[in-house]
Amino acid sequence: METTRLIMVAVGGQGNLLASKVLGEAALISRVPVRMSEIHGMAQRGGVVESAIVFGDATSTIISDGEADILLGFEPAETLRALNRCSSKTRVITNTAPLPPFTVSIGKGVYPEVEIITALLKEKCASLVAIDAMALAKAAGSPMSVNIVLLGALIQSGSLGFSKENVIEAIQRRTKAAFLDKNIKAFELGYQAALDCQA
Amino acid sequence: MHKLLTDSPGKSIMLLGNEAIARGAIEAGVAFATTYPGTPSSEISLNLFQISQESDLYFEYSTNEKVALEVAAAAANSGLRTFCMMKHVGLNVAADPLMTLAYVGVTGGMVILTADDPAMFSSQNEQDNRYYAKFGNLPMLEPSSVAEAMEMTRYAFELSEKLQQPVLLRTTTRINHSNAFVTFGSLLPRKTKGFFIPDPTRYVTVPAVSRQLHEKLLVKMDAAKQNAEESAYNMVQGSGKMGIVTNGVSFHYALDAVKDLGVEKETRILRLGFSNPMPEKRIKSFLGGCERVLVIEEGEPFMEEAIKAFAQEAGLIMPINGKSQTLFSKLSEYDPAMVREKIAADFGFAYTPTPSVSMENVPPIPARPPNLCSGCSHRATFYAVQQAAADMDIICPNDIGCYTLGFLPPLSTGDFVICMGSSVSTSCGFSRATDQKVVSFIGDSTFFHSGITGLVNAVFNQHNFTLVILENDITAMTGHQPHPGVDMTRFGLDSHKRVDIETLVRALGVEHVSVIKPFKVKKSIETIAAALEYKGVSVVISQEPCALYAKSLNLLKPRAFKVSDRCVDHRDCIDSIACPSFYLENGRVRIDADTCVGCALCAQICPENAITPLKK
Repeated sequence: METTRLIMVAVGGQGNLLASKVLGEAALISRVPVRMSEIHGMAQRGGVVESAIVFGDATSTIISDGEADILLGFEPAETLRALNRCSSKTRVITNTAPLPPFTVSIGKGVYPEVEIITALLKEKCASLVAIDAMALAKAAGSPMSVNIVLLGALIQSGSLGFSKENVIEAIQRRTKAAFLDKNIKAFELGYQAALDCQA
Repeated sequence: MHKLLTDSPGKSIMLLGNEAIARGAIEAGVAFATTYPGTPSSEISLNLFQISQESDLYFEYSTNEKVALEVAAAAANSGLRTFCMMKHVGLNVAADPLMTLAYVGVTGGMVILTADDPAMFSSQNEQDNRYYAKFGNLPMLEPSSVAEAMEMTRYAFELSEKLQQPVLLRTTTRINHSNAFVTFGSLLPRKTKGFFIPDPTRYVTVPAVSRQLHEKLLVKMDAAKQNAEESAYNMVQGSGKMGIVTNGVSFHYALDAVKDLGVEKETRILRLGFSNPMPEKRIKSFLGGCERVLVIEEGEPFMEEAIKAFAQEAGLIMPINGKSQTLFSKLSEYDPAMVREKIAADFGFAYTPTPSVSMENVPPIPARPPNLCSGCSHRATFYAVQQAAADMDIICPNDIGCYTLGFLPPLSTGDFVICMGSSVSTSCGFSRATDQKVVSFIGDSTFFHSGITGLVNAVFNQHNFTLVILENDITAMTGHQPHPGVDMTRFGLDSHKRVDIETLVRALGVEHVSVIKPFKVKKSIETIAAALEYKGVSVVISQEPCALYAKSLNLLKPRAFKVSDRCVDHRDCIDSIACPSFYLENGRVRIDADTCVGCALCAQICPENAITPLKK
């Protein structure tokens, strides 16, 4: 089976570890081999959280710089920071809602304009899907479901070989029942937004 | 029922490496488990702690790794299957019992897990603990994948019981923190009650006994070597002339590399999974079929040096490469592209790497360093110390925990950190070697781990410093594990007795002891100032639960604050405490109501009293 390498970058608390779990479950349902690597510990105290997910026959669990087939960024500046993980063949999906790091508040850095970020991603990579996942999550009823919105966009545009139904099944298995309706709505909104983005 | 306890052989499930290891131990019928938590090992013990609450597994969070290993050593010599797990630097703490336990051996299977951390994702060094196996004469197993970590853990108990010797199971972060599918095996029953048969010629390590035990140990290691020679964990793939010897996660990078390079026919790979004692015959026979050999191992040249010696003994002359300026480094971790490139370079295979995109014309991206959480009590304590010591030239030895982050500006309260407990003992040294005032910081869990002996030393030798004990009621950094100062009824357990830190510190003979509530800022500064004035050892105990933990227990009812119109933009709040809930909007300070927990530290600092509770 062809190998697809996915890097997900997020800020601690954005729920990318749950997103990885849902993708893992979807892979199980879809009978796609998968291995994932994540960073815990000190890295999680407000810092950047990265997951590497390798689908298919490769046996490594991490992804080298320049070798991501897909980059899924939960925060625009973090997506840009992860550009070194990409090649000109990488497909990028990013949230456009910024979460400026604290260093910006104390004047130790300037947050780049989101338009500049998306222009750079578009110029340097194979394709870009840029959506305001925070707005869509709120529209779905919970700002906490940014991760699921982005999963919707990933499944629409990422060609992971998973059917939408399998991913929804994985969401049912892996997320809390109380949030299920909101999560499914969030997934659908992300899926549709990615479709609109390419239209 | 806990997902790792289910008796469902053949079930396929996605597990974190650490969960897979815990499952392997459960399948092996582990009856007794001890630990001190430390990333990247912590989730193994967390799962066993949970399992112990719904089964007859005995599990304990011990005060430190030395204690954990000694507790486990007794259980293993009472015939129980015993598991002791820790992070790599924890094994330094446990090294004293380890070296002599190897002489004594065990009767029940005993596995000691060391979780190494190449690249130091959350550690103070990247030492290679494979040398402990060689140093101490312990059989060692090293998994290459999550699924293998589960199998090897199970096998490690068998092997230990067969050899009557503790087995070292060595992982790295990328095993502990990877997820993959594993297939459950069946569960062996737990034997939870042991019986100790005294035998001074085995268990009382006076010199006359130890001389004999050392001889017996070498015989056991000969038997271990025979097991390594026959082990399926030492395996060869391919039959080409270009030899690769590898271990751990590097094995998979090498496998992917030879496939990606299309050189599976030209190469042969020896993967050492049972790597101490080294399977000498297997290695010599492997070398005999090679024209060149490349050794791929993160960390130190542990295999490389042994392999070069084996080649010399076998009279084999061939290039054997590994660590060098142009090939593999001792630094950090490896990755698939790096391994692919080095294999191609050393063996002369054609390879053009895919270039990463150019970062040219990418604007600077503001850093996102880790930070103390919103509402973290350590921030308030550090602030109060800085205020109390405003006119002093202070040295701040700090320790291992979330609060190590206090070294970052603007709090800047960390000047020297080397290992668990070192804040206290290095304070003794700094206060004698200099005329500077010394104020050190240690968390409650770390104080129990290895701060107490340093404090006894300080009292006995009449040193002069102020120790601040950050009592936040939990081991926060590693994910909220208990420690002896914790009220275990919060975990629903009435089987523990809490050790009170203030009582303990007074009993040690510290004469100047004070307690602060760090969110009472003015009072805290005054109390700390008095402690700093004291000539001798003074201790300040700063009591406030970890905000994240309190939130998870619903002990904290967040009530956010806001910046009102009274703000005249001094920015004392942002500049002096750097809470992550602050942000700037059109050049004015704002507070993020979603993350503010209402600790009110900033409200007490603002000279205009402009920060007030948000009305609901």
